[in-house]
Formats: sequence, C-alpha cells, structure tokens
Amino acid sequence: MFRKLAASALTAATLAATPALSAGGLGEITDFSFTFEGPFGTYDRNQLQRGLQVYHEVCAACHGLQFVPFRTLSDRNGPQLPEDQMRAFAEMYEVWDNELRDWRTATGPDHFPESQFEGAPDLSLMAKARVGFEGPYGLGLNQLFRGLGGAEYIASFLLGYTGEEEIQAGSTFYYNKAYDGWVSMNPVLFEDMLVYADGTSATKEQMAVDVAAFLMWTAEPKLMERKRAGFVGVIFLSVLAALLYLTNKQLWAPVKAAAKKD
Amino acid sequence: MSGIPHDHYEPKTNAEKWVHRRLPIIGLIYDTIMIPTPKNLNWMWIWGIVLMFCLILQIVTGIVLVMHYTPDASMAFASVEHIMRNVNGGHMLRYLHQNGAMLFFAAVYIHIFRGLYYGSYKTPREITWIIGMLIYLLMMATAFMGYVLPWGQMSFWGATVITGLFGAIPGIGEALQTWLLGGPAVGNATLTRFFSLHYLLPFVILGLTILHVWAFHTTGNNNPTGVDVRRGSKEEAEKDTLPFWPYFVIKDLFALAVILALFWALVGFMPGYLGHADNYIEANPLVTPSHIVPEWYFLPFYAILRAFTADVWVVIAANWLTFGIVDAAFFGVLAMFAAIFVMALVPWLDTSSVRSGRYRPMFKWWFWLLVVDFFVLMWAGAMPAEGIYTTIALIGTAYWFAYFLVILPILGVIEKPLPQPATIEEDFKAGLKKKTSGDDGPSAEPIPAE
Repeated sequence: MFRKLAASALTAATLAATPALSAGGLGEITDFSFTFEGPFGTYDRNQLQRGLQVYHEVCAACHGLQFVPFRTLSDRNGPQLPEDQMRAFAEMYEVWDNELRDWRTATGPDHFPESQFEGAPDLSLMAKARVGFEGPYGLGLNQLFRGLGGAEYIASFLLGYTGEEEIQAGSTFYYNKAYDGWVSMNPVLFEDMLVYADGTSATKEQMAVDVAAFLMWTAEPKLMERKRAGFVGVIFLSVLAALLYLTNKQLWAPVKAAAKKD
Repeated sequence: MSGIPHDHYEPKTNAEKWVHRRLPIIGLIYDTIMIPTPKNLNWMWIWGIVLMFCLILQIVTGIVLVMHYTPDASMAFASVEHIMRNVNGGHMLRYLHQNGAMLFFAAVYIHIFRGLYYGSYKTPREITWIIGMLIYLLMMATAFMGYVLPWGQMSFWGATVITGLFGAIPGIGEALQTWLLGGPAVGNATLTRFFSLHYLLPFVILGLTILHVWAFHTTGNNNPTGVDVRRGSKEEAEKDTLPFWPYFVIKDLFALAVILALFWALVGFMPGYLGHADNYIEANPLVTPSHIVPEWYFLPFYAILRAFTADVWVVIAANWLTFGIVDAAFFGVLAMFAAIFVMALVPWLDTSSVRSGRYRPMFKWWFWLLVVDFFVLMWAGAMPAEGIYTTIALIGTAYWFAYFLVILPILGVIEKPLPQPATIEEDFKAGLKKKTSGDDGPSAEPIPAE
C-alpha cells in the first residue's frame, strides 16, 4: 500500500513539474486541412521541406528526433532533399560516436540528435502520440470522420498561446489553449522569424502547419506506401470477393433448385 | 470422425494405398474436409474460418516481426520503430499484427454470441464450448502480453494495472505479483517473460483449436434450428447435409474475402484508429498516463473489474462476511474472472431443452439485451471510473451475471417454445421459399445459406 502511495505521490509531483509531458486535457484544436489526410492523401514535398526548415531553425534548439535517420530526408515519399543537400544538412549536426568516444559531424546514416533537455520530449513520434479529436461521449466518431488529429494538435499547440504567464516554484509557465492548461514550453513562433527557402511568406500559422506536417512525416514516414498497399489490397480483395460470390452462387444453384422442386 | 453417416476415404492408386497402410493421414484430411455439414447454416457460421485465418495471420506476421524485434526494455521501443521505418514492408507487418489481434477478438465475440443464441453449447457440444472458452482465455493472455512488447506508455502501465489484479489476492497476492513480474515492478524481466509466453501461447491455442474442431466434428455442427441431422442412413443424412468441401469452404472464403477487404481498409487507411496514442510514447515508470485504458476488446471485463467500489452493498457484505479479507479490489478481480467463468458454465445453467434461440420467444429478448449490455460495458470500461459511469458499469455487470445465473435457469422452466421444424431439410426449403417470396423483412431469423 505504501509503495502505491509513494508511487502516485511521485507521479503527481512529476506531472505537476512537467505538464507538457503528459497527454492532458484536450483544449481548442483547429481542424487544419493537410494534404496527407484521407485515403488518397499524400505528403506535400515542399511543405515537408519548409517544415524541416522550421524544425531545424526553431524546434531543434531543444527537441530531438532520435528515430529519424538523416538519409530518410532523401526518401521518395518524404521531403525528397537531393542527396548532396541531405548530406550538407546532416553536417550541420553533431552526433556522439561510441567508437570515437567523442562528438563528430553527422552523416547520412546517423539519426537526428536526441532532445537537449529532459523537459523537451523527443518529437519523432509526437504526431502519433497525440490526438486532436475525441469523442463524442467516448464513441470515437469524431476520429472516424476527422482523423486522429495528431498534426492538428501540434499546429494548434504552437498557435495556442494566449500570452498569459505564471511563475510557479521559480519556473515560468505559459497558458496554452490547445492543451487547456499551463505548459513549460514558451511560445516559439513569431511572424517572419525565418525566411523560407521557397519564398513562402512565413506567417505564424504557415510555420505551425508546415512543421506539424513535417512531424507527421517523421512519425509515419511510410504513410504513402501504407495507403497504396491499402488501396491495392482493398481492390484485390473486392475482386476476389466478387469472384467467390459468383462461384458460390453457381455452386449452390443446383442444390437450391432441387430443394425448391419438391 | 463424424457420427453422421457419410462416404469415407478409399485409397485408389498404389501410392495412396502405400501411404494409407502406414499413416492414414490422407484419410484423416479427407474426412475432415468432407464432413457432412447442415445445409441450412447461415452467415453466422463463417466466423470459425475467420478465426482460423486470424490465428494463422498472427502466427505468420508474428514470426517475421520477431526476426526484427529486440526484447529488452532499453531497446524494445526503438526496435519497433526500426520495424516501422527500416524493415521492408515492416510497417504493414506490424499494423497487420496489431489490427489482426482486433479482428481476432471481433470475430471471437461474434462467434461466442452466435453460440449463445443458437444454443451451440448445449448437449452434446459441451466440450467444444469449454475448449472454446479456454481458447478465449488464452487469447486474452496472449493479446495482453503482446501489447506489453512495444514498451510504450500504455504497455507499461497496462501491465502494471493488470498484474496488480493478482496483487489484490489476499495473502499470496504480493508474492504472486512479484513472481509474475520477475521483480517488484514491471521491468526488463517482465518484458522478456511476456515475450517468451507471447510466442508460446499461440501454439497452445493452435493445439486447442485442433481439439475444438475435432470435438465438433465428432458431434456434428449445430445449425440455426438446433435440430439434429438425421443419422438413420446415409441417404437420410444427405437430405440434411452437404459436404464441407466445396459447399461451405467456398461460402466461407467469400465471407472471409469481404471481411478482409474491410480489415485491409482499416489497416491501410486508419491503422491507429482502434489503438491508443499514448503507446507511441516510450515507457516511463515515472510518468503515469492520465487515463489508463486497455484495448477495446478487454473493456467489457475491465468495466466489470472496476464496477465494484467499496460502497457497493455486495462488496460491504463480502467484506463483513470474510472478516475483511475480501476488499473491493479483490472483489472486482473475482467478478471479472467469474464473468468469464459463468459463460463457460452456460451448458449447465441453461435449463431449456430447445437449442436454438429462434424458437424461444422470451429468450430472444434477454439475449439481445445481453448483446446491448456487452456494448454498454465496453463503453463504460473506456470511461473514467467515476460518477455515473461506475453506476452504469454496475448495472451492466448485474445484468451480465443475472443473465447466466438467474434468467437462463428460469427461462427453461417457464418459457413455452415455438414449434421447431422436424428436419433441417424442411428448414432449408422453408428458408428458400421465404426468400423467393420476398418475405424476409426485418425478422430476427437469419436467412439460410446462399
């Protein structure tokens, strides 16, 4: 009993200290429209490249992408950076080398670094670890029609700061209406804080949506392959079902005819 | 194998005779797939094939996943991500395995409710039913342990909560829980033993499945009327039955193809829909998810587990009668296992001599109420255990037990059954007539086989 109490007290303490770590109450989530939604949705290469830029210039200061290898930035269904650009991009990061026992410049097969701070969660899977839509009444219908909404959650979160701040035990917390509570991460996006390589105007919303799309890709890099396999499989199985239906009908026809006769 | 008279395998070529004298395996396979099957089986009789397919799907995808998975607490989560990103087709394998478990449970629940409605558990099929219940229990154990393997937050905390159930047993509980976990809390030792058992149990299920099939091949299939196949002579039996191959194999394969098309759409277009987002966060013993929920297929029994809070009068009574040994937590555990146990006892709890629910006018209502109750419990299990939800769960639990322990025994005595057809042949013909005259409106009676 005591162990249980101690564990829950510890848990409560951890939760209070790092509210952004837990999937808390769901606040206001905007249903942004993304190109990868729906059965035929695909990633928009340009958007992923813009999102990569936002990640690199803003998020990477604190967060990591430990499951994402740099080489996948050149993947056909990803941001599709040309090979040389991908290598040049990797070279901007340093990774720890166990053999050298030292830091060295990253190359294609290396993964993005881990998060820099304990309080900053790894973002590789964040778009699948959060849901933007729930209910109604625990029935899951919203998710059926609008999707799970992980990317929507991320974009809404980045845009969800109201400007309210509060200091608790020496740390500043910021109110976020997507989380519907106080979070330890400060607002990070400001109008025109970066210049997009493709000339798109860097509004707050543009950056939030772009990086959310990029993080959806890091979480589900095989999304397009999966949908293609789904599409082929459904067509194949539907044709198979139709053929089996006709076979079955023909097979049973004499049995039924005989039964109807007497 | 079957008691229904039918043609047996006769080896024709010399090679066949040579094999048959030494090992009659071709004869065994022949008799198994040529089993005389009631003509009037409806679409609720396809789930056995679906379940067989699911078991094979899970074993095949599982074996390949194991080639790439690392059962170590520090590497398990990353190895699953390795499967999702780097293994050829790994993302499909993993999603198929994950959603395959859900198809498995959906099919097993329909299969069980089919059995409950048509009285498939009644004499002489009690052993088939009991073996089926054992398979279901093992499926739950296997699925639970499999869910722990990706080592996400919900894996970790689900394992903590469920093994905690054993900790609630008075006296030996804590020692038992430690033994199960391999330590004081869920950790690497838990992961490795769950991995080992998760690989082993499906083969035990496979063995039991063979017994399950053997048992009902001995008694013959039940059918929507519950009326026995005539066994006086081969000619008589052939009026009621058709060989399983090709008539029912093709029919079942058609149904399987339709179900798999839907399943494939789920896997291809929304593989995370029925899962839980928190499991994409690596297990962290220091952070409890705000809301620990098992997978949907456990929810009805999870609701029963949580329904008994300390202020429920049966809990207070049990606590008083046992001098405080049985507390609310232990009572909930007992209730959860009892909910499955009463289902296993149903062959002896149902006192009606009529097999099929089709000819039981009062039973029908109670049966459909049980189906609704099952979904209500499932929903209540997904909701937080507070306020109105525990009350709903408690009412649902009460009905679950009342159905098996009170309603079924009494119904058999007071109910006046409707007339049953004399033979399966008669029902088959009546079904065809009904269909051609277009009079198959919204009746509860399923249409005989296509």
